[in-house]
Amino acid sequence: MISQLIFFMLLGVSLFLFAKQAQQIYANIQLGKPVDRFDNPKARIKKMLLVAFGQQKMFKRWTPAILHLFVYVGFCIINIEMIEIVIDGLFGTHRILSFLGGFYNFLIASFEILAFLVLLACLVFLVRRNSMRIKRFQSPELKDWPKTDANLILITEILLMSAFLLMNAADYTLQGLGVGHYAQVGSFPISSLISPYLTTNTETLVFIERGCWWFHIVGIFAFLNYLPYSKHLHIILAFPTTYFSNLNPKGQLDNMPSVTQEVKAMLDPSFVPQVLEGPLRFGVKDVQDLTWKNLLEAYTCTECGRCTSSCPANITGKLLSPRKIMMDTRDRLTEVGDNVKKNGSFVDDGKSLIDTYITRAEIWACTSCNACVEQCPVNLNPLEIIMDLRRFAVMEESQAAASVNAMFSNIENNGAPWKYAQADRANWIQGTD
Amino acid sequence: MQNELNVPTMAELMARGETPEILFWVGCAGSFDERAQKITRDICKILQHVGLKFAILGTEESCTGDPAKRAGNEFLFQMQAMTNIEILTGYAVKKIVTACPHCFNTLKNEYPALGGNYEVIHHTELIQSLIREGRLKTADGHEFLGKKITYHDPCYLGRANEVYEAPREILQQLDVQLTELKRCRSNGLCCGAGGAQMFKEPEAGNKDINIERIEEVIASQAQIVAAACPYCMTMLKDGVKVKEKEGEIEVLDIAEITVRANKL
Ligand code: SF4
Ligand code: SF4
Repeated sequence: MISQLIFFMLLGVSLFLFAKQAQQIYANIQLGKPVDRFDNPKARIKKMLLVAFGQQKMFKRWTPAILHLFVYVGFCIINIEMIEIVIDGLFGTHRILSFLGGFYNFLIASFEILAFLVLLACLVFLVRRNSMRIKRFQSPELKDWPKTDANLILITEILLMSAFLLMNAADYTLQGLGVGHYAQVGSFPISSLISPYLTTNTETLVFIERGCWWFHIVGIFAFLNYLPYSKHLHIILAFPTTYFSNLNPKGQLDNMPSVTQEVKAMLDPSFVPQVLEGPLRFGVKDVQDLTWKNLLEAYTCTECGRCTSSCPANITGKLLSPRKIMMDTRDRLTEVGDNVKKNGSFVDDGKSLIDTYITRAEIWACTSCNACVEQCPVNLNPLEIIMDLRRFAVMEESQAAASVNAMFSNIENNGAPWKYAQADRANWIQGTD
Repeated sequence: MQNELNVPTMAELMARGETPEILFWVGCAGSFDERAQKITRDICKILQHVGLKFAILGTEESCTGDPAKRAGNEFLFQMQAMTNIEILTGYAVKKIVTACPHCFNTLKNEYPALGGNYEVIHHTELIQSLIREGRLKTADGHEFLGKKITYHDPCYLGRANEVYEAPREILQQLDVQLTELKRCRSNGLCCGAGGAQMFKEPEAGNKDINIERIEEVIASQAQIVAAACPYCMTMLKDGVKVKEKEGEIEVLDIAEITVRANKL
């Protein structure tokens, strides 16, 4: 009875805390500007099914794709077991779903095999990340917390899966000994192999079985509440993020409607510009100037670095790293969100996304090649943020390299980025080969 | 051969009461860069050879605004776009072929929202369809037979607009030995010129992007690297020069290869 009560309280508290965190994240995302990503639901669902559910883009790199697939499928399927754990926990039953008979055996067997695969994959990931010197795990932005975060998650998964298998092993042994309520149910392809190494002392076995049960469930509650602080938030947000993907060709950069209004007014004095809502700032200085989709993406970033490892600027030693663009956006958004929460509305803290977090040298190193966008397994778009920061630098501050400004004035004066006269534009016809 | 080029402008055709099938958007590089000018002339030769009625805007053409837009100057971009759209509308242009993937992308994807709606194709797509229709036939015993050729995907043709097959199909039907670079198609590596990099010094780093790319070309052991973008052309050519491989590796645009293979 007491254990049921404790379980009930733990469940309630962890769900409550998680809901609060989720609410905060939602509120932070709402700080962004509007953008319409609600059209064409059919195409959007298809994108989501392919990219998030089907892990389509992961398969650009096979080794991590297969390992990740184990963890992903394992995670989803083993969570079915959570239904049983929660019912057992609340009502003090043991393996309540075992009435499913043959199907139950099938379920338990597949949980076991998957748990084992997850365990293996996480071990390989741990080794890959820490001792194989894979370049995308060595970047400066992956030191400190992000590195700890990644390792913490892997270790936690290993512990959870071990506890799960050990629990089953103890249960299986108890079943064999015919102890109390440990009826002969389930099929244990992996844990039956561990069972011979366990003691036959009933009390110790029950202790192990119960201990692992509690460890498993408490671990999962903790994991749930750890998500909002971690790159592992992607296991939830990958779905909405891919649903709201940009469906246009990658080369298409939005035409800022606020600029269209001004340009039209300039070209045609009789044009009456529409009054656009909100304070008008061209481009992005801080996270509030980004769209809610950019902000959702920042929370979804898995910090995998596929973008950075294919970025021509990063490959050739420039400061730019598209992963860092996403991580900086998330860090700044968390900071701004806390600021808003504390003060009721945003109070200037003397910081901004540009300069405080992302330097000019980074944004000006981009070739707009879209490699990062192409590689991202969850369809994020660091390029959009980079371009919007440039827009701020150029249109609000007139800050660009002298050669870039020269290019602007050439286009303005002679219709070409170089200093040639417009009148000479068709001289090539007379040329000789 | 140069004197045979007959390139009418839209204004001239209009004065004669004629309309072309297609407008050839030459682009700034194609108009002013010496090497790109040659490619421009080659595209005209192809159009002329197959008897496709085309015209250019001539001195009425102006930058699409792409470099300004990618450098953050949306004002300048939209000024350019609106002025160009006005001219294109004046000539009731419906179909455009471009020599530059950047012009291609901008006209195709970014002009419609500003009121400019055209069918836009890149010259590799045009050449591909001319070959498919049997209007372009490779000359016997052309110089590329059996040569090892590789193709560098321009970002704004490939990833940005997913045109991967047209240039490859053109090369394949030449019976060349087509080899792929390690990073190709959607995984292709940029030449380093996009996003206004063409017009500025690179940021501090430890290597130039075109050198990284040319090393991959060298590793492929290709004798020719085919390009389809005037910016890529410049970057690849410079890369070959820096690596002192001018004697071994030739950089050619798909249009140049087509002209030579057809002995035009
Ligand atoms: S678009 Fe910019 S940030 Fe993204 S890969 Fe290319 S150069 Fe890097
Ligand atoms: S932006 Fe995408 S590719 Fe880059 S680190 Fe984040 S999840 Fe990975």
